[in-house]
Amino acid sequence: MKCIVCVNHVPDTEAKIKVGADGKYIDKAGINHILNPYDEFATEAILQLKEKNGGETLAITLGGDSHKETLRKALAMGVDKAILLKDDSVRDSLSVAKALAEELKKHTPDFILFGKQSIDYYNEQIPGMVAEILGLPSVTAVVKLTVEDKKVICHREIEGGQEIVETTYPVVISAHKGLNEPRYPSLKGIMASKTKPITEIQPIAVAPVVETITMFKAQSKQAGKIVGTDAAAVPELVRLLHEEAKVI
Amino acid sequence: MTKFSGLDYYEIDGLLTEEEVLVRNTVREFTEEQILPIIEKNYRIGTFPMDLIPKMADLGMFGSTLPAKYGCAEMNNVAYGLVMQELERGDSGIRSFASVQSALVMYPIYTFGSEKQKDYWLPKLASGESVGCFGLTEPDYGSNPGGMITTAQDKGDHYLLNGAKMWITNGTIADVAVVWAKLNGIVHGFLVEKGTQGFSAPEMIGKHSLRASVTSELIFQDVQIPKENIFPKTDGLKSPLMCLNQARYGIAWGAIGSAMATYNTALEYSKTRIQFGKPIASFQMTQEKLVFMVAEITKAQLLCLQLGRLKDKLTLRFPQVSLAKRNNVQMALEIARMAREILGANGILDEYPVMRHMANLESVKTYEGTHEMHTLIVGQDITGIQAFV
Repeated sequence: MKCIVCVNHVPDTEAKIKVGADGKYIDKAGINHILNPYDEFATEAILQLKEKNGGETLAITLGGDSHKETLRKALAMGVDKAILLKDDSVRDSLSVAKALAEELKKHTPDFILFGKQSIDYYNEQIPGMVAEILGLPSVTAVVKLTVEDKKVICHREIEGGQEIVETTYPVVISAHKGLNEPRYPSLKGIMASKTKPITEIQPIAVAPVVETITMFKAQSKQAGKIVGTDAAAVPELVRLLHEEAKVI
Repeated sequence: MTKFSGLDYYEIDGLLTEEEVLVRNTVREFTEEQILPIIEKNYRIGTFPMDLIPKMADLGMFGSTLPAKYGCAEMNNVAYGLVMQELERGDSGIRSFASVQSALVMYPIYTFGSEKQKDYWLPKLASGESVGCFGLTEPDYGSNPGGMITTAQDKGDHYLLNGAKMWITNGTIADVAVVWAKLNGIVHGFLVEKGTQGFSAPEMIGKHSLRASVTSELIFQDVQIPKENIFPKTDGLKSPLMCLNQARYGIAWGAIGSAMATYNTALEYSKTRIQFGKPIASFQMTQEKLVFMVAEITKAQLLCLQLGRLKDKLTLRFPQVSLAKRNNVQMALEIARMAREILGANGILDEYPVMRHMANLESVKTYEGTHEMHTLIVGQDITGIQAFV
């Protein structure tokens, strides 16, 4: 079984984000980057698929040299090999998806895993686009994955509940929190990752069709209002919550 | 409280390799998820969290610089130091456990042991299947271990061990003790297995420090040790001192973790604690304390990093380790006390880690060589004059 995880290198959730001088993209200087948290579930999923079914695992990312750190983490967790589609240029989701699909095709994978979204730009487009380009079934926001012969059964997180869907592989799956408990990269795994190959490949160029015009940070919240400090303030508080905040 | 992201005022991360950063981040996450949620409870009731042992072993934290053929990670010394740093951000007791297992048990077995001893014990200790302890200090011989009165006698087909050791981390829970005793007046190392007749390891009670760590006495009354359990490659007192040097190296790094924990707590607290209508972080006396902390931690980080690079180059001299242990533990203790001042009354509660770190560091300051002994080791090194003995 051949399993591939597509991973992204995103700003740490604790990073203080600044908009770059161009007003379109974030300023990456001095920001710590990590393996996209949802991609950790996807990585763990392919490791478990290999442990159960044998075969090989591969991690792919598209980006600059710094993305190797994220590939290294996937390798340290236990993925066999990694590919860096080396390209620092500005791409929209479709151009990333096309470049990934072009590379994925060469490997004839059985399972292609993604995190359900990257925690930086929130587009949530790539898994679906890649599946469409490759003509494969796509299941998103998966919280449980079972493979029986050719059957793939996925539990999906939906509003207020779950749904269970069935498909066959090859398949593109996007992982949601709850799919598994991602393992820590062990110290041995980290040392072993040094000898695992990261192959650099020039991805196909695709002109973007969606352009970012501007980016700005949300305004910080306004200060709260103190209505009173004793029980006498309750009616006024209830009125404000009802009429102004409209939450009750 | 927000997720801990370390303190790196001088972009020291840039001096680390990709693997070193990954190791540090892995153990940082481990500490956040596995140690911090449980440690206050263990500290309060005075127990070591035993279920951390297999988890730490799975990650490869025991004997992590030793060769892969024993099941070890074969990392360099900087990566090892970063592991100690992150564990001690959790608790000095947890770091002590890993220090003892790695530097005081696996290191001497690897360095002074026979092939048979290495093949038998190192994989068990690396996997956490076995726990080890190190017996050098005696009730009346602390800074002066050469005066030890524990003896081994050659009885032909075995050695007969008599004496007592004290202040032994992991003693009661250990499957094997590395014990130092005089044989014909010369210090030798022996492996003493749990359950050997005449050997007991009662736990010491009543500690106000390192409460989440097991500290024991080791008592030997006519204990018969098989001949094959002596270390064949030791060289008198120098050998256990070589082990202590390994452990001190880890302590120098560990103290940085403790200091980062108390600094971070004080910083966050000072930004949200309002007095006189504004955060206490806006007062000059608080800022002065916080700046002192950042400066001391930054210096300690650079000190340890270079110490580790020297250790990896095999050019490290032991007084350099003494300097780092002495400096870093003292600065961590001062930072813990300052953090407690910033937190005011809240500083004494176990809702915050400050008092626990402070109490732990009181032990760390005097174990593995007291602050004073390390001062005199460096003093001797720079003057050529020994001020003790």
